[in-house]
Amino acid sequence: MNVSMTVNNTSYEREVEPRTLLVDFLRDHLGLTGTNIGCDTSQCGACTVHIDGAAVKSCTVLAAQADGASITTIEGLSINGELHPMQRAFTEKHALQCGFCTPGMIMTSVKLVESFPDPTEQQIRHGLEGNLCRCTGYQNIVTAVEEGARLTEAHSPFESTPAEHQITLREAERRAWERSRT
Amino acid sequence: MTVGTKERVAAGIGENAPRPDGVAKLSGNFAYGSDLWIDGMLWGATLRSPYAHARLVELDITPAVVMSGVRAVLTQDDVPGRPTFGQVEPDQPVLCDGVARYWGEPVAIVAADDQETARAAVEAIIVEWEPLPPVTDPDQARAAGETYRDMVIRRGDADAAGSVVIEGEYETAIQDQAPLGPEAGLAIPDGSGGVDLHVTSQWIHIDHAQIIASLGMEPDDVRCHPVGIGGAFGAREDISLHIHVAMLALRTGRPVRIVYDRTESFAGHVKRHPARMRYRHEADDEGRLVKVTVDMVLDGGAYAHTSHAVLANASFFTVGPYKCDNVFVDAAVSRTNNPPAGAMRGFGAVQVCFAYESQMDRLAEVLGLHPLEVRRRNALGPGDPLATSGQIVEGSLPTLRVIDELESIPMPDAAIPDDPRRLPGGTGLTTPKDAVVRGVGFALGLKNLAFSEAFDDFSEVLLILTPAGLEIHTAAIEVGQGLVTICEQIARTVLGIEAVAWLSADTSQIGSAGSTSASRQTQMTGGAVYEAAVGLRDKILQQFGGDELTNDGVYDRGELVATLDAVTADGPIEQWVRYRHPPTEEPDEFGQGNPHAGFVVAAHRAVVDVDPELGLVRVVQIDTAQDVGKALNPQAIVGQLEGGIAQGVGFAIMEELIVEDGVILNPTFTDYLIPTLLDMPDVGSRLIEEPAHWGPFGAKGIGESPTISSTPAVVAAIRAATGRPLNRVPVRPQDIAGV
Repeated sequence: MNVSMTVNNTSYEREVEPRTLLVDFLRDHLGLTGTNIGCDTSQCGACTVHIDGAAVKSCTVLAAQADGASITTIEGLSINGELHPMQRAFTEKHALQCGFCTPGMIMTSVKLVESFPDPTEQQIRHGLEGNLCRCTGYQNIVTAVEEGARLTEAHSPFESTPAEHQITLREAERRAWERSRT
Repeated sequence: MTVGTKERVAAGIGENAPRPDGVAKLSGNFAYGSDLWIDGMLWGATLRSPYAHARLVELDITPAVVMSGVRAVLTQDDVPGRPTFGQVEPDQPVLCDGVARYWGEPVAIVAADDQETARAAVEAIIVEWEPLPPVTDPDQARAAGETYRDMVIRRGDADAAGSVVIEGEYETAIQDQAPLGPEAGLAIPDGSGGVDLHVTSQWIHIDHAQIIASLGMEPDDVRCHPVGIGGAFGAREDISLHIHVAMLALRTGRPVRIVYDRTESFAGHVKRHPARMRYRHEADDEGRLVKVTVDMVLDGGAYAHTSHAVLANASFFTVGPYKCDNVFVDAAVSRTNNPPAGAMRGFGAVQVCFAYESQMDRLAEVLGLHPLEVRRRNALGPGDPLATSGQIVEGSLPTLRVIDELESIPMPDAAIPDDPRRLPGGTGLTTPKDAVVRGVGFALGLKNLAFSEAFDDFSEVLLILTPAGLEIHTAAIEVGQGLVTICEQIARTVLGIEAVAWLSADTSQIGSAGSTSASRQTQMTGGAVYEAAVGLRDKILQQFGGDELTNDGVYDRGELVATLDAVTADGPIEQWVRYRHPPTEEPDEFGQGNPHAGFVVAAHRAVVDVDPELGLVRVVQIDTAQDVGKALNPQAIVGQLEGGIAQGVGFAIMEELIVEDGVILNPTFTDYLIPTLLDMPDVGSRLIEEPAHWGPFGAKGIGESPTISSTPAVVAAIRAATGRPLNRVPVRPQDIAGV
């Protein structure tokens, strides 16, 4: 079957088997191997990407389901070669060792701080519990997400919009996040 | 002549230099083994035994061979060279030799145009088994003489006796390394009969030796290349798909890729040895150890792998970091039909640490001493003989200091938290706050550094100074621990040059760097970089008549006498080193002698909240004081300590491969649980620098220490909270609830 989607701001159209998982589509059809496969059973979160603005484990979605969607992978997170604030925080806080979980961890964290711009430690731990890391013990990941939230705030895409509107957007995101957790 | 301003080189030792591979990893641009791709490649898949012990009655590959898109189907008859492999003892068939001896043993391999076809072809193979009774009890196997190695330690007076006797039996289950990156390999035929193998590994040279033997090829015809590793922890020290993928590539003449899925990964790598340990400690009235008597059996599973060395470690560290003049150990590692066991972080020292620290706690309890006081009274230090081998501890071993420093770390808030996410059972809301009991536990752990027992342990490094900076060429494997960072820091500090690049070399380009295991690479490849850098620096200073090398070039008494461009004007300058640690000896038949190159000690304190009725545990905080020799990169060290503690917490309360009749029942992350962010506590760390050690700048390897004593510390804390005996890890809810 034919699927078309926008991945990292580039449009793609490909012929795929109906059973093709989104993660395999991204890795094997588009060569975007930054999205990793760690478990095959949706536990580890290494394959997390953004689908129409939501953090989703791409091994739980068929490529066919993402037809027409706009997708961001770890390769699309930096803008004009500049690292996303969350990526900067992960390197500054030594939040990665082998790095296999890191793309998924960062993609989830970016969405988490959109919902919780000033997250508490417990919000971070709860929000990332679906992402496994075997190397770090998570301490530095928590620190990095706190730092990433601060850096993201300083580079807020909402800077030029009125403060009330910012709150509205954040509220909506937060509610969406909470819905996704239940 | 220019007078420059000399500054200490940036990102040298002692600093938190960033990982050179960090940006690539967090941008999705780092090539892990599972990412490798070459146009026109075939996909490999593996048929495995569904039984732990069975005779192969019929194997008919015809239905797979005739499938469209299938390019090769190979069995044991197709192995070109030695039909078996193994790091120490080549006892495992490359493919099933007519009898399957463990669940998941590879039987046949397929190469096809795509992954689906390869997997379908595996399904199409006709295979008939006659199940045989599996040997699953390591004690029975030992009684029948089925062991890979037996160890006897006899030190001191067998008639010595203490006034206090503590006896206990302990058991540790099977832990899996569970690295997030799966086993993966890409084999590319070179067109002239040879093959380039890009494969996940911890030691490509030991792989290479086994691969060429089974392929029946000359060393130069097979080149093993390091690839990006998604964690290792011992799982990649032994061969998995290496020979298979090379066989398929050579047979088809096309590149072949194999990537295991998670269940295959559980089946496809060795495990931590499960252990049964019977201990008898005798002490005087003051709590000083008089005699320790131990009988233990480890389950080595179906094939030898590194069982010999794991048993030696379990035996030599059976008393821990404590003095004792009379020690008697009988130990064996059995051959069974359980999953093959081998290397996992801590390597034999983990299992016994749970036992000896449980014993020390009981000794303290009987004598009414604080758990740390009984450890202080017995602390092993420099100049003391190791309790088992009698080897005199040389260099640093700050056992007393790790205890003192551990106690200096603040305790967590004594109040039981209100937030349900911080209660045992978490947001399942199973535990009311007033049901929670808090406990505190302690443990110390001892580990050898690098390889022991007269092994010729070395690492080769080639440094090349070019106008652009320094290149480090090595086959040492970075698995995530930060070796790349450390080696670059060492080179910068010695040479005074900031521009340093790590360049992975394949087996044809340089000799072995040894294994990324045994807490050895910071010392061994770091040591090789240090030695080569000193040689390179001295050569340059002598040639150009200077007394200091910096980023600018060679200085003599504060004046720049040659720029780096001038230094390398006649071409790059090279320095090759094969670095060895101080030699070790084969112990005698009673385990006596000097088998070790050095020791490292650590202490852990765990604070836990327990729901005693439901058997649920939440680890509130773990603190550690770690002997590091010299902290070359404190941030990287703390990262290793926290990650190691996570695996120790996992082994204490959740990680267990459930094996029934030799079959792994939980080979997925759905059922084999590893700690999540919500399971992991806050960690406090103290690094103790006593650099009297042969590692570069006095550095010790610390990769394994955090997994050794964190587990018994957690269990001790649960005991303190509940009063339950808890003689087994992982501790299960029923062990706590007493049902």
